[in-house]
Amino acid sequence: MFPEVVLSGAASGIQGPLLFLERSLRVGLNEAVEVLGADGVPRPGRVAALDESRMVVEVLEPTQDLGLAGTRLRFHGKPLQFGVGPGLQGRIFDGVGRPLDGGPPLAIVEERPIAGLAINPTARALPTDFIETGVTAIDLLNSLVRGQKLPVFSGGGLPHARICIEIAQHARLLKQPEAGFSIVFAGIGVSHTAAEQFRSAMQHSGALSHTALFLNLASDSSTQRLLTPRFALTAAEYLAFTEGRHVLVILTDMTNYCESLREVSSSHGEIPGRKGYPGYLYSDLATLYERAGRIRGLPGSLTQLPVLTMPGDDISHPIPDLTGYITEGQMVLDRQLDRHGIYPPIAVLPSLSRLMDQGTGAGYTHEDHPALAAQLYAAYARANQVRVLASVVGEEGLPANDRLYLAFGNEFESQLIRQQEPRTLDESMQIGWRLLGRLPHEDLSRLSDAQLARYLKPADTTHA
Amino acid sequence: MADSGQAVIVALDGPVVRARSPVPFSINEAVEVGDKGLLGEVLRISGEVIVVQVYEDTAGLQVGDRVQGTGQPLSVQLGPWLLGGIFDGLLRPLNDATSAYVHPGRVQRKPQQFHFQPRLQADAGVHGGSVLGDITSPQAKKQLLLAPPQVQGKLVMLAPAGDYPDDEILCKVRQADGGELGIAMTQSWPVRIPRPAAQRLAAHAPLLTGQRLIDVLFPVARGSSAAMPGGFGTGKTILQQSIAKWCDADVIVYVGCGERGNEMAEVLEQFPQIEDPRSHRPLLERSVIIANTSNMPVAAREASIYTGVTVAEYFRDQGLHVALMADSTSRWAEALRELGGRLGELPAEGGYPAYLGSRQAEFYERAALVRTLSGLTGSVTLIGAVSPPGGDFSEPVTLHTQRNVRCFWPLDRDRARARFYPAINPLQAYSDDAASMIGWWQQQGAAEFASQRRRQLELLEEQAHLARMVRIVGKDALPASQQLTLLCADLVNDAFLRQSAYSKIDCFASPQRQIAMLQLLDHFILRARQVLASGADMGHIEHLPVLRRVRRMGEEISEAALPEFKQLQDQIDAEFAELQARSVSTEEAGVS
Repeated sequence: MFPEVVLSGAASGIQGPLLFLERSLRVGLNEAVEVLGADGVPRPGRVAALDESRMVVEVLEPTQDLGLAGTRLRFHGKPLQFGVGPGLQGRIFDGVGRPLDGGPPLAIVEERPIAGLAINPTARALPTDFIETGVTAIDLLNSLVRGQKLPVFSGGGLPHARICIEIAQHARLLKQPEAGFSIVFAGIGVSHTAAEQFRSAMQHSGALSHTALFLNLASDSSTQRLLTPRFALTAAEYLAFTEGRHVLVILTDMTNYCESLREVSSSHGEIPGRKGYPGYLYSDLATLYERAGRIRGLPGSLTQLPVLTMPGDDISHPIPDLTGYITEGQMVLDRQLDRHGIYPPIAVLPSLSRLMDQGTGAGYTHEDHPALAAQLYAAYARANQVRVLASVVGEEGLPANDRLYLAFGNEFESQLIRQQEPRTLDESMQIGWRLLGRLPHEDLSRLSDAQLARYLKPADTTHA
Repeated sequence: MADSGQAVIVALDGPVVRARSPVPFSINEAVEVGDKGLLGEVLRISGEVIVVQVYEDTAGLQVGDRVQGTGQPLSVQLGPWLLGGIFDGLLRPLNDATSAYVHPGRVQRKPQQFHFQPRLQADAGVHGGSVLGDITSPQAKKQLLLAPPQVQGKLVMLAPAGDYPDDEILCKVRQADGGELGIAMTQSWPVRIPRPAAQRLAAHAPLLTGQRLIDVLFPVARGSSAAMPGGFGTGKTILQQSIAKWCDADVIVYVGCGERGNEMAEVLEQFPQIEDPRSHRPLLERSVIIANTSNMPVAAREASIYTGVTVAEYFRDQGLHVALMADSTSRWAEALRELGGRLGELPAEGGYPAYLGSRQAEFYERAALVRTLSGLTGSVTLIGAVSPPGGDFSEPVTLHTQRNVRCFWPLDRDRARARFYPAINPLQAYSDDAASMIGWWQQQGAAEFASQRRRQLELLEEQAHLARMVRIVGKDALPASQQLTLLCADLVNDAFLRQSAYSKIDCFASPQRQIAMLQLLDHFILRARQVLASGADMGHIEHLPVLRRVRRMGEEISEAALPEFKQLQDQIDAEFAELQARSVSTEEAGVS
């Protein structure tokens, strides 16, 4: 156990989650403390600011029932840590790493600071292993690779939970299909129903035994929400880089995390930035997202799938905006596609995977995969331009060539994007080639003559 | 250095530390904080209290810990070992590390051996910039050992040719004031002070990037500055990396300022493998990589921009042409904002401190083509990426940047979404250097360069105008000449401006290939107009088989096969001749 210092009767003020104390001993910035009220219940906290006479402790659980008189503090002399060890998988924890499932305490082999350390860029290995998720809009058009961080930009009422569950169940490596993923699920301010939905789905598919859940429910303290992803990622790093597993981390919902950060920042009296979020929102999010990756010489990998709901479906809102600047792409869910009954409702034009070019093509997936994806994108973008025209001049007013694109756009959504069952990459590619075959070959400038000859039958050409 | 002060911490707030000292410190003095010796800089002095910005994680620091002055402004070590290396925002090596993680605290660089060949004799007069000798090593290009800018005196010692560690004193100079100064290969320079040069020169040649959209339409001159603002996913980083890979600078300084760790891993993975098309050596040998990823401390992000430009000036002084990529300057501005907030400064627009504009101006002013103190010609070209929140170009960082750079390359979300790269919007972009580059292109053999370039810009302008009409009346209702304009503008985009960074053939275009493509496309445009005027049917022009070849010429005709452009031109002529013959015969048939 660590040395403890108990300080009582030193509290001089309480304001929101902040506790102001007279400083009578040497403590370090960011060190962990336990705050004990008159009820004797320990609440975790950290040293947030220091000067000669005072110190400020940020309490990470509700401060109700705390009073100036009976409050005691226990100093740990080190930053907040999470004890990790074998047997993390198959367990359910609360938002600060305490078992919730009634199981035995964890066999701790190592205490790790939850803030983590920045990976030295020279120690990073480039993510290149293609992950087959079974979702065509991802596999074919925005491929995910091991060690990537690819967020889902969603909105209230959109099926992001179902997509994440399906990816978690199906994700596998193209080259080693039998090697599955360890899943770490961090529920950040989620409802009990959402957490239960995930848990039962994983149990149903038998995947719960290699899943670790960290649950900060909507009813839990919002200051605690700032810790939940850090506990989950500390566990994931242990699974990935100490136990050598391939770990998929699902963080949902990052919007709740950012709301908590704003709440805590304003209670510190900090100058607010855009929409009241603190100016360091970008740096703070980076300390979470940048924990994804692979490390040279170590076998495991850490892939992140953060989910966030865009407030007001606005992609330029600071939360999705700053996330997009840090992560390696994004998958954007679209309300209109959802209304048209297209599942998964992934809007491919604003979606992107930055690492796609490193994990696709010859040696990774299929040599013609990148060209096919580029051509599908170009054609679908044109189909959308034609749709705008059609909405003004009417479909009949369009030239025959444009009508082909209009039909292509509809088929692209109803046949390629929409799917009932997970597809292999090969199945996805076949549908892609078939749809392109309906377009005039002379327009397909992203494909080489050899690719045209190989995949598209000349008979398909419907010339105007 | 004599009376460096010592202070005691009295307050801590994130990266900002207040300390009390009876001995005076000076503003911008570098300090070491706490037992680990965290690097910091004095930002403010009020009475006995100094305010220090710490460049590393301050967790665990305590009130009562010591702050040790160094007596020097925040400086970086510069030396021949920079080429091929990767460093943090304060130029401390990252590839020496034994751990996979970055730990705060002092980092000692291991000296390396270099071969030194003296050029001067003892007793020679020496001034700032005097070439003392040549430095060579098997891994890097030849470099020069120069006398530091402030030196003035007589050489009293010069080491003979041989291999030396980079920190060994190789020569001594007796200065005018009688003091003696030792000079090693590794020298120190304060990052916030521009290195002096003899004279600024007017820009006359482009920094060739190998990207047609930039080189032909919106060129950047050597010694000039450019900015590319763009929302996330518009391809800033890919474009920065493409320029870093293929531009014709002698040295590339790549500053990853608050960006992704995997991107730096990508640069480190690719640069040793890619061959510089000019020197046929691995690209890494001409590169200096400064990596301060988004999860590394914020304050060092603020310093990394200055570090980068100081390194660039160091190589410029050796008579080299240097291109500096800063990705992204918005993260630097945000670091200023965050520190300003912690210092309790009054925020101006967007929460940024009021001095944002002048800081940016200072930075971009360090781009220059100069005659160096040694009498050589060298340049620093600055290319900054800007990440405007929400892709909104009216935010303060983009606006200030726009005032300070000569070339503006805004990236367009719609183009990026259609996977049209580079996604620079040609209707919003501009280059103040364009006019002065025309002479250079004419010397390369593109006699009609000015008119061909203007024709492309006009077509793109007209296309935007006609696209609005099409939306109302439909494309078929336009007169044939306007339909041709749309086709030609589409060709300019698809056949000339689009250039995939991932293509093996088209990722880079030499000036000769750019000229060949420009002339071929221009030839097509002019012929098509003639043929249409002589009565050919627009529908036939739209379906000429050669169009597909023209659209794919960048992808299909490599640098080694430039004569094929002539064959393609012959094919264009042949198909138009046939079309013309057909239209003449149908006309005659109609007359008779």
